[in-house]
Amino acid sequence: MAGEAHETGGLTFHPLDQFIVKPLFGNCPPAEHGAAEAAACVPPEIHWYTITNVTLWMAIAVACIFLLMVVGTRGRSIIPTRVQSIGELLYGFVYKMVEDVTGHEGVKYFPYIMTLFLFILFANFLGLIPMSFTTTSHIAVTAVLGFGVFIVVTVLGFVLNGPAFLGMFWMKDAPLILRPVIAIIEVISYFVRPVSHSIRLAGNIMAGHAVIKVFAGFAAIAAISPASILAIVAIYGLEVLVAGIQAYVFTILTCVYLKDALHPHH
Amino acid sequence: MEGNIADMGQFIGAGLAAIGSGAAAIGVGHVAGNFLAGALRNPSAAASQTATLFIGLAFAEALGIFSFLVALLLMFAV
Repeated sequence: MAGEAHETGGLTFHPLDQFIVKPLFGNCPPAEHGAAEAAACVPPEIHWYTITNVTLWMAIAVACIFLLMVVGTRGRSIIPTRVQSIGELLYGFVYKMVEDVTGHEGVKYFPYIMTLFLFILFANFLGLIPMSFTTTSHIAVTAVLGFGVFIVVTVLGFVLNGPAFLGMFWMKDAPLILRPVIAIIEVISYFVRPVSHSIRLAGNIMAGHAVIKVFAGFAAIAAISPASILAIVAIYGLEVLVAGIQAYVFTILTCVYLKDALHPHH
Repeated sequence: MEGNIADMGQFIGAGLAAIGSGAAAIGVGHVAGNFLAGALRNPSAAASQTATLFIGLAFAEALGIFSFLVALLLMFAV
């Protein structure tokens, strides 16, 4: 369906083409270099070990975090340098969030939450650079993060509380008749958590980038091009905000789920 | 101007799924508006509730994103 739409569709722009995963090496030459060559060439298959643009941009995100948090704070000066104070700001922000939501026992799991926050924040912001690739716009990437949190929290809940963890689904405050119904709803909502957790991030980022591309398509029409360029600037500003907020939301929801595992009875 | 009826159903379905975005907009506006109303009554308590605000916004918004996803699936995957 997607493939044939490119030939037959009336639209001249394809806002979702920016999310195509391409191998970095062994690609076919572009058609203008020679039509016969391009037709004869077989595009390489993508396996789990193939180095694609997703791999590249995730590696860049990790490298940027390394530069900020390890190289930037190497001096460990009492009066921080500019880069070190950015690192300290991020550290303090996430630390306070973990402590506020999960309480004192949750601080043990702070490194995991800090890792998630920094990775998502940097992947979101790097995706906003023109011509770059947004790794967090792919559900495959965010699902790994989301299901990782789900598995960690579930295992942790059973390890720390034993079978009493299941008491989370059995509301003691509700009337007895309603308890089984509430338990079913609670179990369903517990298992939907990783799905909504990962789709929220991927969907927000993907939708924002697609909107920018749609307005970029309108910019080619001379009559509305100034208005559409202004709209792109405005939406870009909004996307910078969304990139930060979605990283924050993903992290704070991780903290909320962790709190459930640490104190299932509130 | 011909095409098969399944394609038409796909596009109509995607358009119907987009109604969900409007519903999510109502939800997000409700959360933010009520937060603001509460915050203006008691500004000293507002700062401690921003985390709750963002969690509420995220839950309301996620459902709109689901409908967007359904629209995308209908357009490109079905």
